[in-house]
Amino acid sequence: MLNLTDVHVSYGTTPILHDIDITVDSEEIVGIMGKNGVGKTTLIKAVMGLLEVDTGTITFDGDDVTSTGADVRARRGMGYIPQGRDVFPELTVEENLRMGETIHAADNSLQYEAVYDYFPILTERRTQTAGTLSGGQQQLLAIGRALIGNPKLLVLDEPSEGVQPSIVQDITRDLQRVNEELETTIIFVEQNLHVVQHLAERCYAIDKGMIVDELGSDRLDSREAVTEYLAV
Amino acid sequence: MNGYELLNVTFQFLESFAFIVLATVGLAVIFGMMGIINLAHGEFILVGAYATTLSAHQGLPLPVAMLVGVVATTIFGIVLERTIIRRLYGRLLDSMVATFGISLVLVQLTRILFGNSIDQVSTPFGAISYGSYSYSLYRVLLAGAAIATLLVLYILFTRTAFGIRARATIQDEETARSMGVDTDRMYMSTFAIGSALAGLTGALYAPARASPTPEFGSEFLVDAFVAVVVGGPSVLVGTPLAGGFLGLIEAFFTFQWTQFIGTVAMLVAAIVMIRLLPDGFSGLVESVRTSWRESE
Ligand SMILES: Nc1ncnc2c1ncn2[C@@H]1O[C@H](COP(=O)(O)OP(=O)(O)O)[C@@H](O)[C@H]1O
Ligand SMILES: [Mg+2]
Repeated sequence: MLNLTDVHVSYGTTPILHDIDITVDSEEIVGIMGKNGVGKTTLIKAVMGLLEVDTGTITFDGDDVTSTGADVRARRGMGYIPQGRDVFPELTVEENLRMGETIHAADNSLQYEAVYDYFPILTERRTQTAGTLSGGQQQLLAIGRALIGNPKLLVLDEPSEGVQPSIVQDITRDLQRVNEELETTIIFVEQNLHVVQHLAERCYAIDKGMIVDELGSDRLDSREAVTEYLAV
Repeated sequence: MNGYELLNVTFQFLESFAFIVLATVGLAVIFGMMGIINLAHGEFILVGAYATTLSAHQGLPLPVAMLVGVVATTIFGIVLERTIIRRLYGRLLDSMVATFGISLVLVQLTRILFGNSIDQVSTPFGAISYGSYSYSLYRVLLAGAAIATLLVLYILFTRTAFGIRARATIQDEETARSMGVDTDRMYMSTFAIGSALAGLTGALYAPARASPTPEFGSEFLVDAFVAVVVGGPSVLVGTPLAGGFLGLIEAFFTFQWTQFIGTVAMLVAAIVMIRLLPDGFSGLVESVRTSWRESE
């Protein structure tokens, strides 16, 4: 479904990511864990097409998208949830969700039902501007907005950031449900132990811009194996 | 003040309101939506006025000539955006210098091509007479055109998918792109809308002022910039309020004394407003809304 092969990314002349090889299969939930500043957001932006790669290839759903812009990748089925609950603060909840239609202009009604069903709080807050929601609610809105486009792949940048621990557990469960019921493939980056252990079926570890390990479900169950790569 | 005089001030107000709003909308859309201060705004109006007047001279009916004026200005704006303006997004000073240069070139070019003035198209509809007064009906009807323009903009930017995408792009370009928005095209379209609005202003005023000269556009600039500052960052809220407020002051002082005193009074009012409300009317509306929400 998603393949990164030998990907290198830099900011200007500063190299950030080296030799990245990542594979995500259809309907899989794959995590990438790492501490602050190791290159997680850079990696997610390269996947989404918001940053160009220096060398290497990215294929998505059978197509080479290495030099395709983010807007085109979104329309091909990538749904992006940026770091820091990045909703459009001055648009209402409803308008934020309608942004999702941009991706998928065809019939979205089923998708709206699904989103309101997963996140009933968004129905109540429909006419409120998104900037007035709590951190957790904004994160739900960002996820819901991405889902309206009916993506094949959800791309999440630290969904737990700025969200209370109890809500983090809810979001983790919601994402699992989305994966099962809507058959959405998920790739996320995180440094939150709970999300890494409970959401990922498989997880890469990233440090200083390189993939340094890959953990299957057995090793993900072990707290020590995981915390080695996190600042816990 | 007797009934006729009251009618006179009312017409004066409607005319000032229309002038301020129509002078401002194009500038306000491009500034509010894209952060570009278009110092060639007056010359966009000039293009609209000349295209309208010259095609009316060719025998086109006035409404068709006005349409030609709007279309010509829109195309002109798109060409300028693709060749120059798009390189200057996010660079406020550079874009001001560039558009100032464009403005100078256009004024001189107009003079070279068409001389010091062209014949005016006569004002349609004649005059309304009452008592010993009369007032041009067309100039009063312009207030209707100004309100219609604001309504269309309101619907466009708040009720359509295009408008939601445009506002999303301003708030967060990167996220908008990752939601499938072709942001480059979005900027081009927004600039085209701003250009079309300036063209409309030129078209509407081509038959309503003195014979068009190369300085035609600069007559709109003072009102436009004052209204953008007094209106504040939100076009949809700020422009009508600024037009109403400044129009009222201008109309009253013009009626009591002269047009010159009216303009001076408007500028003084603008300076006082900027001291009192640094974010203009739309900033005021925003803070009132926020405090309502908090008291809920
Ligand atoms: N816009 C930028 N320009 C230059 N360097 C950047 C930029 N954004 C991030 N970096 C650097 O790239 C590295 C990786 O950052 P990032 O991918 O944001 O890390 P993470 O998301 O894992 O916290 C950091 O050293 C950071 O300082
Ligand atoms: Mg990050």
